[in-house]
Amino acid sequence: MLRDITIGQYFPGNSIIHRLDPRFKIVITILYIVMLFTGSSYICLAVGAVYTFGAILLSRIPLKMFFKSVKPLFIFLMITALINLLFMSRGNVLFHWKFIKITDEGVNTSVFMVIRIVLLIMGSSLLTYTTSPITLTDAIERLLSPLRKIKFPVHELAMMMSIALRFIPTLIEETDKIMSAQKARGAEIDTGSFTTRAKNLISILVPLFISAFRRADELATAMECRCYHGGEGRTRLRQLKSAPRDYIALGITILFLAAVIVLSRLF
Amino acid sequence: MAILETQELTYTYSMGTPFEKTAVDHVSLKIEEGEMVGVMGHTGSGKSTLIQHFNGLLKPTSGKVLLDGKDIWADKNRIRDVRFKVGLVFQYPEYQIFEETVYKDIAFGPKNMGLDEAEIKRRVHETARDIGLSEELLERSPFELSGGQKRRVAIAGVMAMEPRVLILDEPTAGLDPAGRDKILEHIKRYHERTKNTILIVSHSMEDIASFADKILVMSKAKLFCYDETVKVFARAEEISRIGLDVPQITRVFGELKHRGLDFGKEVFTVGYARDLLLRKLGEREGR
Repeated sequence: MLRDITIGQYFPGNSIIHRLDPRFKIVITILYIVMLFTGSSYICLAVGAVYTFGAILLSRIPLKMFFKSVKPLFIFLMITALINLLFMSRGNVLFHWKFIKITDEGVNTSVFMVIRIVLLIMGSSLLTYTTSPITLTDAIERLLSPLRKIKFPVHELAMMMSIALRFIPTLIEETDKIMSAQKARGAEIDTGSFTTRAKNLISILVPLFISAFRRADELATAMECRCYHGGEGRTRLRQLKSAPRDYIALGITILFLAAVIVLSRLF
Repeated sequence: MAILETQELTYTYSMGTPFEKTAVDHVSLKIEEGEMVGVMGHTGSGKSTLIQHFNGLLKPTSGKVLLDGKDIWADKNRIRDVRFKVGLVFQYPEYQIFEETVYKDIAFGPKNMGLDEAEIKRRVHETARDIGLSEELLERSPFELSGGQKRRVAIAGVMAMEPRVLILDEPTAGLDPAGRDKILEHIKRYHERTKNTILIVSHSMEDIASFADKILVMSKAKLFCYDETVKVFARAEEISRIGLDVPQITRVFGELKHRGLDFGKEVFTVGYARDLLLRKLGEREGR
């Protein structure tokens, strides 16, 4: 059912990873991505994997959840692997049939790429699993705040992000209701041929858009009524404070990154 | 034979997760052909979940739903036919309107049934008349209409499928008194013309009391009672205890009975109360 979809996928908890300052978590995640992409040997990947699984263990979120996060991207992974397999012409030919040529290096790269992407997804899922969407946008706002100097609308951007996140569950519920209402009128949505289904999609999209616009309008009025005006001079309910553990986490990440850089030079 | 029947119907949301919640708990009931049934219960009592089983939008976790004595889930591929026989109008149905003209929107259901153009035309015009929408409105865009008119368009959209059972989930929610009376009156008229079975979900007993043959009360996922209107209102005290309002006039007469003036009958409409009082006064004068 539609309402079982989770976006934002926050997994409430109280582990050390959950309690890290979200600003640090974002920076660490960026460093983590750099770490995965600097190394080009399996040893570097192994270091990355140790880091990933260590962090997952600390977060106390079942490993199953992380495999679930990879699943929707399975097709994308397969295509990446296939392209690497088919178009890599270097190395010894293992298999040759008509225009298809598979080399050992091709096999090597595709396996490497798949592992790298899987680690990437799992690591970044850790960020969204352990940080609520609202804190995440808060942190993004703070991290981007230097850009305000060049008149970049940082606060407005963050506000738009939080509003969008806030309304995802509402819109899902709304879609569910409209779908049921149209099904009650005999619209074939999850059955029937592809063309009838596509046609019936209109009967869902039109009401959905109308209600989304209506909600946006109401929200704007409600904000106006409470005299909302941008970021200038606004204080916040939850102040972000960094603790020693944040610096320790950052330090560990930098150490791993350094190790990967050194290893990639050696091998 | 009952037109609709449930046997030990149970429905649990989010089975197997920490959010598991039983919304309908072992409900068994029978609805006879041609009856007008009021469905009551407050928010979260399971009434909306229950009615979504009647046309197969939800599949029971356990138990059965029978239409004309046949299990509606016996053949999964025929569930769409059930939806044409049991029409369901959701809460705030005007949010489901999407076509360019009122005519087209009312015709959406009948079209899905695969009817021919002439039959669709007949049905659209007939239901528009039933629900009180004038001919010239049919070619207008539904989005230009007033709230009450939009609601009537949406209701007509389901009526036009000519379902043998029509279920309306709070058809008067959010309307002003004039709009509310108009809708209820048209529903009543539709019932008189077609003699079809109708179920109306409502918070307000006042709305239902005046014309429902039977009343079904849900409380905490269970069937609290299901009986003739008179008998249900006889239990006014119990009903107010589960947090539902009985009509004001019923409460007044309950209080009178309490103080020693017993009319021997349950009163739930003002008109009936007036007759009763006049008769009583007449008796006195006659004495």
